[in-house]
Order: sequence, then C-alpha cells, then structure tokens
Amino acid sequence: MANNKNIIYGLYNDEEDLLRAVKQANADKLEIMDVYTPFPVHGLDPLLGLSESRLHIAGFVYGLLGTLTAFLGMTWIFTKDWPIIFGGKPHFSFPAFVPIMFEVTVLFAAIGMTVSFYIVNGLGPGVVNPTIDLRITDDKFCIAFDKSEVDTDKVESFFRSSGASEFHAKTI
Amino acid sequence: MSHHVSAIREPLVQGNKSYHDITNDLVSPTEKAPGMAWKVGFAISVSFLLFGVFCILWTIWHGIGTWNLNRTIGWGWDITNFVWWIGIGHAGTLISAILLLFRQKWRTGVNRAAEAMTIFAVICAALFPGIHVGRVWVVFYFFPYPNTRGPLWPNFNSPLLWDLFAISTYFTVSLLFWYTGLVPDFATVRDRAKGLRRKIYNVLSFGWTGSAKHWQRWEALSLVLAGIATPLVLSVHTIVSFDFATSVIPGWHTTIFPPYFVAGAIFSGFAMVLTLMIVTRKVLNLEQYITVGHIESMNKVILVTGTIVGVAYLTELFVAWYSGYVYEQFAFFNRATGPYWWSYFGMMFCNVISPQIFWSRKMRRNVAVTFFVSIVINIGMWFERFVIIATTLARDYLPSSWSYYSPTWVEIGIFLGTLGIFFTLYLLFARVAPVVAIAEVKSILKSAGDQYTGPNATHHDAHHEDSHANQTNLGVADSANSASFMEASNGDSVATLKSSAVKDDLKKVEGIGPKIAELLNNAGIYSFADLANTQADRIKEILLDGGSRFQMHDPGTWPEQAALARDGKWQELKELQDRLSGGKS
Repeated sequence: MANNKNIIYGLYNDEEDLLRAVKQANADKLEIMDVYTPFPVHGLDPLLGLSESRLHIAGFVYGLLGTLTAFLGMTWIFTKDWPIIFGGKPHFSFPAFVPIMFEVTVLFAAIGMTVSFYIVNGLGPGVVNPTIDLRITDDKFCIAFDKSEVDTDKVESFFRSSGASEFHAKTI
Repeated sequence: MSHHVSAIREPLVQGNKSYHDITNDLVSPTEKAPGMAWKVGFAISVSFLLFGVFCILWTIWHGIGTWNLNRTIGWGWDITNFVWWIGIGHAGTLISAILLLFRQKWRTGVNRAAEAMTIFAVICAALFPGIHVGRVWVVFYFFPYPNTRGPLWPNFNSPLLWDLFAISTYFTVSLLFWYTGLVPDFATVRDRAKGLRRKIYNVLSFGWTGSAKHWQRWEALSLVLAGIATPLVLSVHTIVSFDFATSVIPGWHTTIFPPYFVAGAIFSGFAMVLTLMIVTRKVLNLEQYITVGHIESMNKVILVTGTIVGVAYLTELFVAWYSGYVYEQFAFFNRATGPYWWSYFGMMFCNVISPQIFWSRKMRRNVAVTFFVSIVINIGMWFERFVIIATTLARDYLPSSWSYYSPTWVEIGIFLGTLGIFFTLYLLFARVAPVVAIAEVKSILKSAGDQYTGPNATHHDAHHEDSHANQTNLGVADSANSASFMEASNGDSVATLKSSAVKDDLKKVEGIGPKIAELLNNAGIYSFADLANTQADRIKEILLDGGSRFQMHDPGTWPEQAALARDGKWQELKELQDRLSGGKS
C-alpha cells in the first residue's frame, strides 16, 4: 500500500472502560487518531471532539431539490409542454401535484443522503479498508494513535493505566 | 451507557449474553450448512416460485383473457394481491422507522427481518400492476421521461400514477435503510470469515471499519431516514387507498379509506412478521433474542390495529346507513348478504374477532396461539381486499352487468407464485445476512440484557465497581515491563500479536505447565509477545474459564517473565525465576 501508516492501538473490553480511557487520553494530552467500536457508543463524540454530523442538513437540501424538481416539472409539463384537459380540471391543479411532490422529496432526500454518507465515509462496494483488529466488529473497543504524532512511551503507560486488555503496534 | 432501567421492565436479550456471544449466535446461522427445515422450505418455495413464473409467462403469452376479468370486473385477484402484499410490507417500516423514533428498544430484535420482509413484499406487490396492464413490455410508459411520443407525459393527476411514485419511492427508501443497517453487520460476518467468503462479505460490507465518525454519521442517517420513512409509509397506503377512494364507485368512494387502509396495512404486516419470526426464532435458535416479550409487544400492536380496523368496518356501515344514499347502502348490504357473504364474514371474523383473544396476557405470550392467530389474520386481511374489490365490482350500477367473479387457475397460480418469491427471498436472506441486527442488539445489551435488568439481574452496579478496581490496580502491577512494548512496535510491518505466526514454548514461563499453555493457546495467546501484552487479570480470567483447578495459579508475574523471554533476555529471566517460587512473587 502506498500510504503505510504506523499506528499503536489498544483494545478495551467494555464501552465504559473505553469512555474512561478516552477521557484519560484527553487529560494526558494524547492525540487519538481514531476510535473503533462494534456499535455506536453514546457519549463518545463530544469526548473525541467530533462535531455534529451535517448529513441532515444535506438531506434537507436534497429534499428541497426533490420538491422543486417535482413541482416545477409537473407544472411545466401540464401548463407549457403538453397541456391536456383531464375531466375539465385546470392545467395547473396544484392539490393533485402534492402526492408526487411529497414522494419525490422523500426519494431525493433518501438517495442523496445515503450516497453522501458512503462518499464522505469513503465506503462503498469494493472498498478495502485496512483491518486493525478482527475483533473490533465483534466485542473489542479500540483506541488507535498515529505513531508519528505521539510519544510511544507515553502511549504505552496510558494503555497500561487506562485498563486496556491488550495493545499492539501495527502498520496499516 | 448506564441508563437507569426499571427492574420491572422485561429483558430483551436473555441468556446472560456477552457481546461475543451475540456475535456468535447471530452470525453462526450464516456460517453453518443449512439444516433440513431450511432445505425443505426452500424446495417448496422455489417450486411455488417456478409455477408462478410459468403462470406469468402464460398470462403474457396468451393475454389477460386467461384471467376471469371482464367488462365490469376490471380488478380481481391481481389488485387484491397487490394491496395485500403492499400492506404486509408496512410493518417492516413501522418497526424500523416509527419505533426508532419512539425509542422502542424491542424493535432491535425484529427490525432487520421485518425490513427484509418489507422489501420482498413490495417486490411481490409491484409485480401485479406490472402484469395486469397487459402489455408488460411497454410498462415503462408509466414513467415520465422525455420520449418520442410527443413527448407525451403520464397523467400526474391520477392516483394510479401517484401510486407508481409512492411504491417506487417506498421500495428505494426501504432498500437503502435496510442495507445501510446491514453494512456494519456484514463487516462482523466478514471479520470472522476466510477466503472467498471473506472477499464476498468485504464487498457487501463496503469496507466498514467501525470508526467513531462513521458510527456518528450512521446514526444520523438512520434517524433521518426513519424520520422521512414514517410519513412515507403512511403516504404509501394512503395513496393505495386513493386508487379506490377517488373513484365514484359506491363502497370505494369514502373518506375513511386512508386511515383505515394504513391501520389495516400495519395490522396485516405485523401478522406476517409474527408468522415469520415465530418460525425463524425456532429454526435458527434465536429465542433469546426474539423473546416472548417481543411477541407480546407485537400482539399488542395487532390488538390495537385490529380493533381500529374493526371500528373502520363499523363506521363504513354506519355512514352508509346515515348517508341516506341508496347505492352506498346497497353496496354494504350486498357485501354482507350478497353472493360474497362468506368473504365478508371471513373478514369480520379473522380481522375483528380473532385478535380480541389478545386482551388476555396469557394468550399474547402463547407462541402457538400467536402463530395460529397470525395466520388467521393474514387470511382475513386478504379477504378484506377481496371484499372491497370483488363484491363491489360484481354488483355495479347496471344490473345487466352483474356477474360473479372467481379466479382462473392462472390467477391462483400467480398468487402462489408470489408466495414462492417471498419465501424464497426470505430464506436466502436468512442464510446470507444476520436476521437480527447485531450492532443494534449489542447497543441495547447494557440496558436490556437479562444480566442488567429484570429479576435475574446480577451485573447492575457491580460492573461499575469492577472496572474501577481494575483501573487502579494496573498502574502498579505492570510497571515492571515497560521495555516490552517498544520491541513489539519495532516489528517490520504487522506486529499484531493475535495473529502472529510465532508459537513459543510458553512453559518456559515459571508457573505455566502444559495444561495452562494449552488454555492460553485456546485463548489466542501463542507467543511470549502475546503473553507479555496480556494483563494478569485477563490471564486469571482465562484460567478461571478453564475450570476451578486452575484457580490457585497466580499469573501476576507471567507477563513480565514473557516479556523477558520474548526479548531474549534469558539471563534476566533466570534471575527473576530464581527469586520466584512456583511463578509467584
């Protein structure tokens, strides 16, 4: 691989141990590269200084785009492109447009958000990310440090004192 | 994580499971060869499917004339089945989306399978409008796209077109929601697999790592998708009901249809979820994840929605009488006493009367009764759609057009075929993917596992103190071998101890005999390096797991000794061992 990265990581057996360890790392001024967990651990984001996800804002924009597409599309088709009289109703029959506007709003928001989710995360079919430890998707909670950014001795004593069940170095 | 949970609340995960147990239990059905029950079920499903495909081809080849539709009866079993299947799909979205918004934790046990069921049911449903238009090969005319016919567009004012948009959106959103939920679980399966299987699951898992930021976005996405899927699912059956309600046919032209259809959809969907779950939990041994408590919760939903449906039936009758409109009155009189009286009473009995049994807690918690009632409701909800469609069309405004509709073998065959499609897909799903959402069950373990809540809870506060004790001990106990780690980290590329090919003779460590060495190997500790980086407490645990006869061993100095051995400092090790007696300091 091109961008080999040397990391040091420790594994914890429980999410409560992990949360305490992350707090301790913050107190020790150790810069955590990333934390990997088998399921979403609540309370972790503020400790890692992760800002709130903006996906929902993106979702709103995509949805709005859908509403406009449906509304403008139907309006243009029925009033300009090919006006047809259905049962004597006006060409611009807004109430009848509402169901499709709603459906297209939802469709655009859902597809847009999901695609954005995979793109910003760098995930997708065929993506192979380096595996740090096979047990992270099972029952281990992992704190990883970038070796070039931390003092290895300090990290080691951190893992020992914060209750890590094991720790390793690895190039990914 | 330590939310306070009432001790009265029933645990949702039973059997004192650890996170690893959950992984094992839920992934193993995809790893083992399928059992006899699966094979038989699959064979039956596939033969139904094949017969259905044959009947569809027959219809396409010979035309819609092979069905018993005629001038006035334009809709028969096709649309009955369409509405039935779409309705069944609704429970999946209700469980995964609405119960997520309501923070109902019991959804985690059943949401994955229910969502899968939604997708398969929508596939079966979408088949019917597709083939019932007759010329299937031009079915894409439905979609608005710049075409060479003018361009001539579809009629956006028509509920039938709304339906097309509703169902394609519903299918897409359900699929995205379901698959995004599956991605982390596919990663769990991937990380246990080897060879080709690992490659396949790597593709399926999209390279998921479990990074904190990914999880944060994953949760944000799930929540917003749930938020938009909730009005979506309500809109879908509302729009299906518009197919009927916006017509001027007595018995169809009623404003009660949207809520009545939505309640009926959830009702029938939960019945199907129960039918499937009761079989699934039995066949895959998932009784500790899909508990009797889950079944009871679903039966409560059945009771509520079944009763809403009952009220809707009675409201229809009342409004028909109260309206003073003779055509409407005749439509309902005809339903109950006309040639299709049997389907009307079937519907009333199955949908309104049979779920009332769930007022009794004992019945709600009886798996056999629930299974039986769920089948009865599936049948009843099919009758409901048949009653609405067939009785109404067979007796329209002109008595000269009155007739009696019954299906041909082709129509029956296509219906059986969709059952085949549905169960084939479900059985395949149960082989390939974990049927219970692994990550989500793990995330509720601390608040809903039976070791943390309920009458047998043991871990409640003890857990907290344990970890604290651990933490304070460690700093002192392990300060001796600080040199060890640097060595490990100097390894060339991969210095993971877990997977290291080195297998050292652990017996060189004083205190370890052949038996203990074997125990350690079983726990994944092979080399001196492995042992050096394992904490004494963890070793103690491994020993205790091995049985009470290992209880007296004190592994306190083992990591230290192992570190020396790994570093090749045999002289120092010997000196250390001379000071120890039997491995104890």
